Order: sequence, then C-alpha cells, then structure tokens
Amino acid sequence: MKHTIIIGNGISGVTAARHIRKLSDQKITIISAETEYFFSRTALMYVYMGHMKFEHTQPYEPWFWEKNNISLKKAYVKQIDTDAKTLHLSENETLKYDTLIIATGSKPNKFGWPGQDLLGVTGLYHKQDLENVEKYAPNNKVCKKAVIVGGGLIGIELAEMLSARGIPVTFLVREKSFWNGVLPDGESQMINRHIKNHHIDLRLGFNLKEIKSDDNGKVKSIVITETGEEIPCNLVGLTAGVSPNIDFIKESNIELGRGVKVNRFLETSAKDVYAIGDCAEQRDGGIGERRPIEAVWYTGRMMGETVAQTICGNRLEYKPGHWFNSAKFLDIEYQTYGWVFSKPRENEAHFHWKHEDDTKCITVCYSTVTNKFLGINTFGIRMRHEVFDKWLTEERDVDYVMANLAVANFDPELFKHYEKDILAAFKKNLIEA
Amino acid sequence: MSSIQRNMSLTGDASDQLNTLQKIGTIIGLSGLAIIVLSLFNNFEHKGLWLTTALVALAGGIILYARGLYADKLKGIKNHGVWFKSISSRGFLGWIAALILTGFYIVLYFHGELLGLGQGPDGTNTGIVGLFDPLSRFLSGNPASQWFVYGALYTVAILAFGIKFILKYKHNRYEQVRTLSVMFFQTAFAFVIPELMARLNSDDFSLPYNDLKNMWPLNYYAFEQWRVDQFINAQTIGLFFLILAVLLVFVVSPFLTYKYGKRWYCSWVCGCGGLAETAGDSFRQLSDKSMKAWKLERWMINSVLVFSVVMTVATISTYLGYDSEKYWFTKNAFLISVGVFLTALFLGVIYWKKNEIQKDALKGAIGFYVLTIGFIVLIAFIDLSQVKIDAASLSFGLNTKMYAGDAALRSFYGFAIGSIFSGVIGTGFYPILGNRVWCRMGCPMAGILGIQQRLFSKFRITTNGGQCISCGNCSTYCEQGIDVRAYAQKGENIVRSSCVGCGICSAVCPRGVLKLENGPLEGRIDSNQVLLGNDVDLMELVNKK
Ligand SMILES: Cc1cc2nc3c(=O)[nH]c(=O)nc-3n(C[C@H](O)[C@H](O)[C@H](O)COP(=O)(O)OP(=O)(O)OC[C@H]3O[C@@H](n4cnc5c(N)ncnc54)[C@H](O)[C@@H]3O)c2cc1C
Ligand code: SF4
Ligand code: SF4
Repeated sequence: MKHTIIIGNGISGVTAARHIRKLSDQKITIISAETEYFFSRTALMYVYMGHMKFEHTQPYEPWFWEKNNISLKKAYVKQIDTDAKTLHLSENETLKYDTLIIATGSKPNKFGWPGQDLLGVTGLYHKQDLENVEKYAPNNKVCKKAVIVGGGLIGIELAEMLSARGIPVTFLVREKSFWNGVLPDGESQMINRHIKNHHIDLRLGFNLKEIKSDDNGKVKSIVITETGEEIPCNLVGLTAGVSPNIDFIKESNIELGRGVKVNRFLETSAKDVYAIGDCAEQRDGGIGERRPIEAVWYTGRMMGETVAQTICGNRLEYKPGHWFNSAKFLDIEYQTYGWVFSKPRENEAHFHWKHEDDTKCITVCYSTVTNKFLGINTFGIRMRHEVFDKWLTEERDVDYVMANLAVANFDPELFKHYEKDILAAFKKNLIEA
Repeated sequence: MSSIQRNMSLTGDASDQLNTLQKIGTIIGLSGLAIIVLSLFNNFEHKGLWLTTALVALAGGIILYARGLYADKLKGIKNHGVWFKSISSRGFLGWIAALILTGFYIVLYFHGELLGLGQGPDGTNTGIVGLFDPLSRFLSGNPASQWFVYGALYTVAILAFGIKFILKYKHNRYEQVRTLSVMFFQTAFAFVIPELMARLNSDDFSLPYNDLKNMWPLNYYAFEQWRVDQFINAQTIGLFFLILAVLLVFVVSPFLTYKYGKRWYCSWVCGCGGLAETAGDSFRQLSDKSMKAWKLERWMINSVLVFSVVMTVATISTYLGYDSEKYWFTKNAFLISVGVFLTALFLGVIYWKKNEIQKDALKGAIGFYVLTIGFIVLIAFIDLSQVKIDAASLSFGLNTKMYAGDAALRSFYGFAIGSIFSGVIGTGFYPILGNRVWCRMGCPMAGILGIQQRLFSKFRITTNGGQCISCGNCSTYCEQGIDVRAYAQKGENIVRSSCVGCGICSAVCPRGVLKLENGPLEGRIDSNQVLLGNDVDLMELVNKK
C-alpha cells in the first residue's frame, strides 16, 4: 500500500491528511515533534488568559485519528533522504515514504540580538513557547515587567496575554505607528490609542539594542537602541515576524529559498515531495498580489486540500481566490477582503471612516481610473465574507459597494448599524475631493 | 501538559484578587444571605423589614460585585481566568457550591418543614417560609409556602445576575435585550401576575396558579384533572386560560419556533433558561462537548419527551375513563385522536423531510414513535387507576405511599424529572455539569422545540465563509455542548436541535465568524457551503462526498 508521510501536524498537514483519507485508503502517517495531537496555534493566547484549557484548542477528539486510520507519530525529523525516500528521525529511527508532504510551519524570527537566547526570552509560536511564558511570567509577582519586541499580530496577542494577568508590558515597535506597514494611518493610529487605553506602554519608533543577563543566565533588562534607556524586566517576547521552519532540510537535495520552493502544484524540486502551509515558498513569486510565503491559517488549509487532490491522482493547481484575513487587536476585531495597502498605490484612493467612539472604522480602497472596488479593511464591524467575495469577483465599482454595505453587514442581530453614516461620509468626501 | 496546567491554576493571575467594590459587594450579599439563614433559628419580629433588608442586600451585593468586576473595563469579552478560578473550573469552590445548591433543592422539594413550613402554632409558618410571609401576603393575601420562597429567591437571582450579565456584555445588544426579556418574563409572568391573580380566588371561584408562559410539557401538570377542573369551573376566564394553554402549545409556539427558532422560548422567555443564562452564566463552559455526550443527549431528551407524552396521555385518559361527561371527550376518542395525530405528524415528517434526516436519526425516530404508540395502546386496554404501586421502591424511600397506576406515573415523573432532574441535578449541579444540563438532556419542551427547530425553522447560525481559525472559543462557551467549531471550520451553517440561540458562541468568536439569523429554509443547512477564498474547481472537488 502506498504510504504518505506528512511532517507537521498543523492546519496544513492535518487538512492534507483528512482529505487524502476522504479520497483514498492509502497509509497516512503524520509526524510532529511538538504535540501528540493537532491543536490550534491561533488559540495559544486563550490558554494563558484562562479562557480555555489546552484540550479545548484541539479541534478533533483523540478517537478521530484512529477512526480515520491516520497514524500519529511524535518524533523529530532530522533529515530527508530523497534518493532513498527515507526520513531519519531522532532516536536513529528511519521511515520510508512513497509520498512526502513537508508542512513544518514557521519559527519566530531572531535577528541576532545580543542576549536573544537567555532564559526568559521567548517567541510565541510553539506550545513550548507558551510553557515558557507560563514559567517566566506566571503572575505579576514573579514577572514584574515584560518587554515585547516587534509590533505585529503575534506581538499584540502576547501583550494582551500578559496584561490579562496584570503584568505591566512595554511594547517596542519599530514603526512610527502600530503595524503601519500593513494598516493605513487612520486605522493604525486608532489601534495605537486602543493599546494605550489598555495600559500597555506602547513605544513607537524604537528598536531593541540588547538583552542583558543576570548572574544566572536569566533576563535582567533590555536596552533601547535610540535612547540607550535600560528597562528592567523578567520576560522578553520576541515577536518580530516568523520565517519557514526548514533548517533540518538544508542537508537534503530539496531546493530551498527562504522557504521550501514549490511550483503552483505545490511540488518541490524532489520527486514525490510536496510542501504546504507556512513553510512553502512560491517559486515564481506570489500569486497575484500575494506574497510568495503566506503565513496564514486558511492558506495552509487550502494548500492541504489542493495537495490531497494531487496526491490522489487529480493533479491540481493551487489557486487561492480573493485575499481575506482577520485578526483581533485586544477588543477590536479586524477583517479584510481584497487589497488595502497601507498607502494607496498608483491610481488608487482610500476612503476612511471612523466612528467617534474610536473603536470602529473602515477603509475602502478603489481605483481612481475605473472606480473599481479593490478592497476593504473593517474594524469593530463584522462583514460577510461571501458578499465581498462575490463583489470582488463581479468587479463592482466603489459606489455600488458603498450603497449596498448593509447587505454585507455580519454583526449580531440588534446591533447598531452605521451604513448610513458611512455612505453620507463617503458622498461628502467625493464632493470635497 | 499536566504540570503546566497545574502551574497555571495554582499561581493564578491578578484577576483572581477582588477589588474593593467586589469585596464590599460580597460582604453585603453574604449578609443578606445570612439574614435568611438566621431566620431559621430565630423568629424575627418586623419580618417585613428584615425580609426587605435581606433581599435588597442580596441583590445589591451581587450588583455591586458585578460593577466592581466590569464597570471600569473596556467593552469586550470578559473571560479572563475563567479556567483558573476554582468556582468556574470545577475546583473546590465549585464542588462546595454544588453541594449547597443540591442540598437546598432536596430540602425544598422533600422537606419543606425544615424551612419552617407550617411549623408554628395552628400551622402558621416559621423560619424562612415565615420570613417570606409578609411579601406573600402583600402580593396574594396568603401566607407563604416553600414554593413562594423559591419563586421569590429565583426571581431575585434572575434580576440581580441579569444585571451582572448585562454589565458583562455591555458591548452586545443582542445579549442585553435577551436578558431584559427573561428578567421581565420571570418577574411578571412567573411571579407577580400569578400571585396577584390568586387575589381573584374566593369560595366559589378559583383559578389554579397559572404561569402563562410555562407551557406543557415543561409544565407537566398542565392538564391534570384538578387543574382542568378548576379551569372549567372558573367559567369564561378559566376556559379562556385552558384554551390559551392549548393554543400556546399547538399554534403559538410552533409559529414562533418556525420564525425564530427555539430561542424565542429557551433564552428569551423561559424561567429555567432565564436562571441558566443569568445565575448560571459563569458555568456555561462546563458543558460536555464530546461526541459521547451528544449521543447521550439525543437518547435522554427524547426518552423524557416520550415519557412526558405517555404520562400526560395516561393522566388525561384515566379521568376521561371514569368521568367523561364532564369533558366533551371519551377515553377512547381521546386516545384514538392522539394516536392519529402523532402518526400523521410522524409520517408527514418522514415524507417531507426524508432527505434531511440522517440514518441513525431516522432509526431513533422510528423507535421512539413505536414506543409511544405502544404505550398508548397499552393505556387503552388497561385501567391504570386500578393498578396499585408502592412508591417506596422507586423513590429511594423518600416517598412511602401506595399509588394508583396513573397517579404513580405522575408522581414518578414529578419526582424523577420535575424535581430530581430539573432541580437537584439541573440547577444544583450548575458548577459541575454546566448551566444547561436540564435544558439539554432533560427538558421535554426543549425536545419538541428542538425537533421543530431542526426540521421546520428559519433559524440557523451562519458561518462566515473561510474566516474560522479553529480556535475553539465557540465550542468551549456553548452551554449546550455543541461543537460549534466542527461546523464553523468547514464553512457549514449550524442547525442543531439543541441550540438555544443564546448567541454566546457568536459573541466570543474572535474572528466574527458566527451570526444567528432567520432566513429562508432553502439552503439553510448547506453542508456543501463553499469555503470561500478557494478556487471554485477545488471547492467542487472538496464538497464531493
Ligand atoms: C500566536 C499565533 C496566532 C496566530 N493567529 C493567526 C490568525 O489569527 N489568523 C491566521 O490566519 N493565522 C494566524 N497565525 C498563523 C497560523 O497559525 C499559521 O499560519 C499556521 O498555523 C501554519 O500552519 P502550518 O500547518 O503550515 O504549520 P504549523 O502549524 O507550524 O505546524 C507545523 C508543525 O510541524 C512541526 N515540525 C516542524 N519541523 C519538524 C520536524 N523536523 N520534525 C517534526 N515536526 C516538525 C512543528 O513543530 C509544528 O507542530 C497565528 C500564529 C500564531 C503563532
Ligand atoms: S450554538 Fe451558540 S447560540 Fe446555540 S446554544 Fe451554543 S453557544 Fe448558544
Ligand atoms: S470561535 Fe470563531 S474562529 Fe474560533 S473556532 Fe469558533 S467559529 Fe472558529
């Protein structure tokens, strides 16, 4: 019987396994060094904050795997031998595969800061990172101060976590405004204010110079590059982005770039070896406006579905549809559909509306040439994915979208609606422009 | 894993510590409770004053505590530390609370005299029941009973914890309005109006205690002989209420459930639901989400439903059997019409909905149908009133009387379902089994509404395309133990008979994935809902079964 081995039990690997099982009865093994069962990385923060127990982050009950005849193996893959189609595992074990899927995800970036490997310095990616945070910052008596370096989606989650346990947080962000490389100014500045309202000490435009150690190899303080200020602290969170977790593949014949290079069919340079999820890098650059490496949840899921088709005999190209994503900044939910860049590009314009309570806003991007609707960011207002997907496919113009915004509203029943205000502001804006 | 979990719960977090307002609230609330407990040992003078003080302190304490907890927090989800706190994570305090609550229910149901019921000279009340006399006299003109005490405390709990809930969800109008609604229905319909209506009663006119919103079969004694007799004897008004009760069950409720799902009742109107959503809110995460629990649920709730139907049919047919002139129906005419009605309903459902009923559900439905009809046939041939049954064997000795067959059935139902399941287990075990075990596993009303919700209702929870990140907040906080995530991560809508539409899954979802909606029946379940964001060809392949 054909044996497919998947390295990595994250969303991409597990989705691939489930869909291969739907389509065939070949042997499937998932290997992971991190945990026995698939869990949702995106929910790590809720475990630390006490919203959930770790078990709750596992989308399938333990019996699921046996029932679907998917073997799970907890081991670390040290090396891939593509000639002998063999994996070398820790404990000197080997495993032969017929088909291999690499779905090893990411690891937190470390930029060679002095002291970056001290005790009490951690990223937030793996379950072990969560255990580290728990160990060095169980409460505000053990951890009197935490410093987080890097203002992205994971950084703000770590900031929320720590402040939920009453730990004072200093948040160093390189940009002049939070996540300003992605978010337009109006939104980014609203989030700055929201972070400060949560009593998080947000330091914009600052970089980390070094992390200092105490006598036991533990974090004592950090120093800021720009001012030389030294901040005493017991935990340092490094959340300056992630990169593909592929070091163990470097010895193999598989072609690597920043990630594992794949073509549109998710095939690597080695025969019968595929790569999906965070660790895959599109060989010819990103698809459409997308980046070559997409470290988001749902693209991993879609790649898993696609590769399962290919492996089960229906060779299929990876064709993600319109871009979308979501996140939450403390109490403010964020969704995006289509493309809204931090600054309008050539022949683009932004329309920005913000509610006076400073927790809701939207930015709509459209073409100044064709008037076509290009994308929307929404904060504090939920929108219907299906509707925006349809409008983007139908290439609606921005006036249509603004006039029909209520159709796309996805807020719970009885919530206050703002479409009228938004439309009025949009029209006023057009007249003034 | 176990080491890190332990570590987490021991060291805890800052939110574990009470702030000043919370401390004051706790002290005031507990002193209110203390007055009530003290009244057991001490026959207060100025009972009205003491009672007022106690109830105001109790409610005020809870509200102050809630203000301390939420008032200066920004709008948003307030679940920090839920799984660290002993009370809300089946810790020591949780078990203590469960013991106290179950103890209270056992005393309430089976030993009212311990609360002071009729213990004074000439059968007057002392103790806690005595303490509540002034309020009862004020409302209905009669002395209190243990049920009045229970009703009053129940109402205070829904009001005070309702305010707490509203403060907690200050960003969510659906939750606020729904809570105001249960607060209103409990206070007006379950408590004040029936008590005031008792004032209408005189020697030649009397209505039974009538909580209009408490429908059969949740109200399992709705059609017992004494009640029906009282209604009939009370002439026009009585008949009006009797007909209204029947209309509510067979017309109003199906219509509202069709339009809005069972939530219109379970989380907007019902008293059991009201207590669960307010006082029980801190325990919603304790419901069991496993597949096993779901299987048990389907088996249990439908059995209780069959039991309640059979019990009611047996009761009615028994008094029709010896007394039929009084009520327009003979025993056999009644049994035959029930049989025909149930059969028509059953066949209709199978015929119209055959594509929506899965195999195991169909098997279950046939089994339960055959069982019900079997019992009805049995009732036709046996005169239950002639069968004698010794209750001691069925009630662990709590009840030692001899009963006629129909009365035995009734009192066993009242004991096992009405008291033990809905009260002792259903509420007493909030801190262990979650706040809706009764609603999920035992309530026959929820059973009927659920079947309808699953098959003929516009209600569903819509999943927002591909936005789900499988985090599990929705499943964790679903008080009905529905694995909401299992649907959401596949892009499927949630159409489940047990969903009471509390809306909490939608509230706690950090990615805006879930929306409770009423919409066309067409495409409601949509198990092939596209995971948006994918290429269309792929979606066709993925959805192929
Ligand atoms: C805190 C946090 C929050 C996030 N929130 C969001 C969000 O809101 N929305 C969103 O879209 N995305 C979010 N993401 C990103 C998202 O979680 C990732 O894109 C996704 O988990 C990647 O899935 P994957 O299957 O590619 O890899 P992973 O989930 O990383 O799984 C890879 C697995 O392979 C294992 N592995 C690696 N190498 C080996 C080896 N040599 N041997 C054995 N096992 C190995 C790893 O230990 C890991 O268990 C978040 C990420 C984090 C960390
Ligand atoms: S599915 Fe959602 S709305 Fe329904 S009972 Fe569960 S939490 Fe409440
Ligand atoms: S809470 Fe929302 S994002 Fe999380 S699993 Fe449920 S539906 Fe998905």
